[in-house]
Amino acid sequence: MPFFNHAIETLRRSEIEEMQLKLLRAQARRMYERSPFYHARMREVEVMPDDITRLDDVRRLPTTKKTDLRDNYPDKLFVPPLEKIVRYHVSSGTTGQPTVVAYTRNDIEMWSESLARAFASTGMGESDVIQVANGYGLFSGGMGMHYAGEKLGATVLPAGTGNTRRQVQFMMDLPVTCIACTPSYMLQIAEVAQSMGVSLQDDTRLERGILGAEPWSDSMKAKIEDEAGIKAYNCYGASELSGPLFTECEAQDGIHVWGDMALVEIIDPDTGEACADGEKGEMIVTMLQKEAMPLLRYRIGDMSSLSWDPCECGREHPRLMRLTGRVDDMMVIRGINVFPSQVEHLLYEVPEVGKNFQIVVDRVGNLDTMLIKVELEPEAFTDDILKLRHINRQVADGLKAVLNIKVEVQLVGPGTLPKGESEKASRVIDKRVM
Amino acid sequence: MSERYIIEQISMFCKNEPGRLASMARVLEENGINMLALSIAEANDFGVVRALVDKSDRAKEVLTDMGFMVKVTEVIGVNMRDEPGGLTCIATTLADADINIDYAYAYSGKGAAVLILRVSDTMVAVKAILDAGHELLSRDQLG
Repeated sequence: MPFFNHAIETLRRSEIEEMQLKLLRAQARRMYERSPFYHARMREVEVMPDDITRLDDVRRLPTTKKTDLRDNYPDKLFVPPLEKIVRYHVSSGTTGQPTVVAYTRNDIEMWSESLARAFASTGMGESDVIQVANGYGLFSGGMGMHYAGEKLGATVLPAGTGNTRRQVQFMMDLPVTCIACTPSYMLQIAEVAQSMGVSLQDDTRLERGILGAEPWSDSMKAKIEDEAGIKAYNCYGASELSGPLFTECEAQDGIHVWGDMALVEIIDPDTGEACADGEKGEMIVTMLQKEAMPLLRYRIGDMSSLSWDPCECGREHPRLMRLTGRVDDMMVIRGINVFPSQVEHLLYEVPEVGKNFQIVVDRVGNLDTMLIKVELEPEAFTDDILKLRHINRQVADGLKAVLNIKVEVQLVGPGTLPKGESEKASRVIDKRVM
Repeated sequence: MSERYIIEQISMFCKNEPGRLASMARVLEENGINMLALSIAEANDFGVVRALVDKSDRAKEVLTDMGFMVKVTEVIGVNMRDEPGGLTCIATTLADADINIDYAYAYSGKGAAVLILRVSDTMVAVKAILDAGHELLSRDQLG
């Protein structure tokens, strides 16, 4: 099954852009009429829905920043009628405030459709068995993969994260052909399989991995393909956009962004000017058909380039060629987005420690580790080591609750960590080789 | 009266890395401060160094100047018989008086064996130990 939605996937560029203009105009109108937030924003910049007459006019619309999501927590960006909302997912924000994302039934349909098309473009179809080893729950990854797999008509094994030996056992016992997880977890699975004496290549039917939710390099991709004997397909998405939405196709040369789903702009982050086709810059994404929580021109924070060159798979939907980093200081640890400001925020709640901190990220084996060094306040120092350990645990537990990942906490003496905002770079030491 | 048996121990927060103890010891050496007993309690990446010194006020001052976090903690030192059973009777005495030991360390030599104790109730412990006929280290014996 080379195409999931033949009519849409085979559109030419001119047809895609024509459709995008139509959808953008409709979306802008809906936002102006129903979203108090965007109504106000559009009036501020004095752009009315009817002013959008060419696709380039998207640049006249207001952008949406992560801080807008924080300031409008939990539901002020939802678009009525609210009774049409059928699901929430929650992702981490930049501080202690998470982001709640809402979906209508149609949003779930479109999200599933987008990723089902992507799955089909990798060569998957009804006869495939997809082991979803992404997190299920508030995180949108697991359920996104799950629904897309079912939409495609494939068989889904909702394995979730963890228990790697059992993951390998499933691959042996069931005709699993595809795994969805983070790239680093794929390497972990390959390693555990090896320690169990299992060859993923010879003892399982695994053919491909849909891997994403964290940055990874071409060399890591080569390593995964070599060690697991699979084709590794890069996947892109974010909760704010729905969840995992797009992947590479069989050509493995860029991630197709379905033009009817999303309008991607690439701009120079310093000047705000549009970048040329294929030129690297900051991504701005407008989801064209989202209903419950549509974000206009969302500054998602990723750096990439977009190519409209026809792909060898035959599709002309534009491709994200390479995700090259972040505009902000967000890190991805075990597939979870982490902002240093979240750590800072939590430390304010623990009076026994100072506000200075240092984050050391590393990769041990194939798993990311995160160590947070915090300074013990002099007044909190006690001869009682149990109390000190309690402070340590309090910070670790607090961070785990906020960040959703396990962190190691190291108490250090006051004044021993680099100070202040000016040396921001030294607050994070990332030793990982991607 | 029994205050003289309350001994000031210095406790220092110490990052668990090579050279930390050495720099601490050097500061004491340079200031002519003698250590009578030392113990290190460790937890993951840090430790608490506890020491009995002859000049605890001065030690606290110079170590604080060096950037160490220092706290003075009250402990007691019990003279034990340096023979089998020496610890048994001390520990039994405390148990009978329902006193909990937070931590302890000991040294023996120069004809004496001393058990240094941080207990739940120092004054009650002092009384119980003296009443049982044991000897306590007094403050003036340190410095």
